[in-house]
Amino acid sequence: MPSAPRTLLEKIWDGHLVRAETPETPAVLYVDLHLVHEVTSPQAFSLLRERGLPVRRLDRTLATMDHSTPTLPRGADGRWPFIDAQAEAQVAQLSRNAAEFGMELHGLGTEAQGVIHVFGPEMGATQPGMTVVCGDSHTATHGAFGALAFGIGTSEVGHVLATQCLLQRRPRTLAVRVEGRLPAGVGAKDLILAIIARLGVGGGTGHVIEYLGEAVRALSMEARMTLCNMSIEAGARAGMVAPDQTTFAWLEGREKAPTGKAWDQAVARWRALPSDPGARYDRELTIDGASLAPMITFGTNPGHAIAISARVPDPAGEADAAVRSSLQGALAYMGLRPGQPILGQPVDVVFVGSCTNGRLEDLREAAAVLRGRKVKTRTLIVPGSQRVKKAAEAEGLDAVFRAAGAEWREPGCSMCIAMNGDELRPGQYAVSTSNRNFEGRQGKGGRTFLASPLTAAASAVTGMITDVRGLL
Amino acid sequence: MNPIRVIESRTVVLPRENIDTDQIIPARFLKVTDKAGLGKSAFADWRYGPDGAPLPDFVLNRPEAQGCAVLVAGENFGCGSSREHAPWALHDYGFRAVLSTRIADIFKSNALKNGLLPIVVDAASHAALVAAPGATVRIDLEAQTVTIPGGAAVPFAIDGFSRYCLLNGVDELGFLLGQAEAIAVFEGAR
Repeated sequence: MPSAPRTLLEKIWDGHLVRAETPETPAVLYVDLHLVHEVTSPQAFSLLRERGLPVRRLDRTLATMDHSTPTLPRGADGRWPFIDAQAEAQVAQLSRNAAEFGMELHGLGTEAQGVIHVFGPEMGATQPGMTVVCGDSHTATHGAFGALAFGIGTSEVGHVLATQCLLQRRPRTLAVRVEGRLPAGVGAKDLILAIIARLGVGGGTGHVIEYLGEAVRALSMEARMTLCNMSIEAGARAGMVAPDQTTFAWLEGREKAPTGKAWDQAVARWRALPSDPGARYDRELTIDGASLAPMITFGTNPGHAIAISARVPDPAGEADAAVRSSLQGALAYMGLRPGQPILGQPVDVVFVGSCTNGRLEDLREAAAVLRGRKVKTRTLIVPGSQRVKKAAEAEGLDAVFRAAGAEWREPGCSMCIAMNGDELRPGQYAVSTSNRNFEGRQGKGGRTFLASPLTAAASAVTGMITDVRGLL
Repeated sequence: MNPIRVIESRTVVLPRENIDTDQIIPARFLKVTDKAGLGKSAFADWRYGPDGAPLPDFVLNRPEAQGCAVLVAGENFGCGSSREHAPWALHDYGFRAVLSTRIADIFKSNALKNGLLPIVVDAASHAALVAAPGATVRIDLEAQTVTIPGGAAVPFAIDGFSRYCLLNGVDELGFLLGQAEAIAVFEGAR
């Protein structure tokens, strides 16, 4: 009997069941790749020590450092300029833990170190059909390769270190179809902000999103990573894009990718992963990609996004009292008036970087706008990894940024999460290519407008929120 | 972990929607390498002024909020980051349950592993809870009910396995370690 048509998620799920779920117990789901960073792992290593457990599969575990790390180079004394002793101790703890347990660690100052969700794919470690987890909600990024990738808590980091498995219930599926082609000046960041605005920040809860349609197929791997990265901002633990030639071309030759005959066999397996014709999703949403404009957030969650030419919504127009009150709170925090245009809003800082938009293509976009121009705001350009940094420098992008008056930093999460000292001062406004505009996310009292690298660069040049389409 | 059967407590109400984990515990407090003592940093940016003094208007700082173990929050509580520091902080503060109309997936999963019950109730029950801050609620994990102001015992859903772990004070790792043979068979078959 031919099996029922299955979605990409179902195929990966079924292929990783050590034990299927029952009403009494969740599934025991096998994990192919576990990525580890310094912030969410120390207590998990402590758990292993307390119970006298080794790491079950060191060959499926990779670590780097990104959140608490400085983005300024070592000082003349050879020391890293950590924000404080606690950050330094946390980073040192990961070095000690990796050494003690024998884990492959790409630490500070090494050639491949970077933001974990830039680093993993860059190594070729993230591959189609895999299950990928990390103690970090933006693990959704890796779904761009047609993997099932999601963030976990530190207890679960311990579970995976000890058993290479997780207890999980199968999530529901949500198909987001993006028809048509994205217009010039509109990219994956604008697309995902538009999707989150449609779904709402909780709208994807309990679901895994599969992105489909012509506009998604046309995206590069890096753009697909941007798209999947922010699935969690709609509440979906994972987002995925079925693998295709774009995926295979990007992966081939990377150090952790298969080679020779194993590569051919892998590609043959990967070609069977896309959802079968007739496969059913629990929910579906269709977006007209061709009608999208550059997007920007105005409020304090990523669902508070509007087209850049639109006006800030008026809470008075909201029928639901809870939504109205949250919108009022957001505008009060942001210091914005109902109905004001978002274009022209003055900006103090521009941040280009993060696991959302810290890859080479993102830096090229920012450079295309900044080339031959000067910034009017403090502008931080933070490459996603040492390899992104090196590749950008080989193309002369660093020279473009410096000539424009921007700061060219060392890789890390930096001002996306503001743990390392790269932060806004209270009241400052930033246009940021990162993923969260929560209150205080980029520094206590700081106010964030999320946007694409193009919009961020355009706003740096004018010192106010600017439609990049006038500068291209 | 201590077994949980019944939680009876007055409520603290934070009706805001979409309270993200950056509000529950701001990122600057994540530089720790253990989990103890995070309660003092729970909701730090809402709770303390620039000088570090408690802000008297914030609900957790009011005298009547002291000793409350049940937090009633607006829709989509715990969205954002996967930081388990969020339930660690709430539990260390003294909360044993969070009630909302929607709770984010990763937060919910983390809370269940730390003796913090994430309970989703219907909109009407939630409205009754929001309207009566400080009301005493009784959560019966075995019966899967929460008694709301007015006396109704409202049923709530919880994964059966998580419920078993909470009722018996055991953790998931023990179960997973018990799967070692099946895991080895799975690995061998690939």
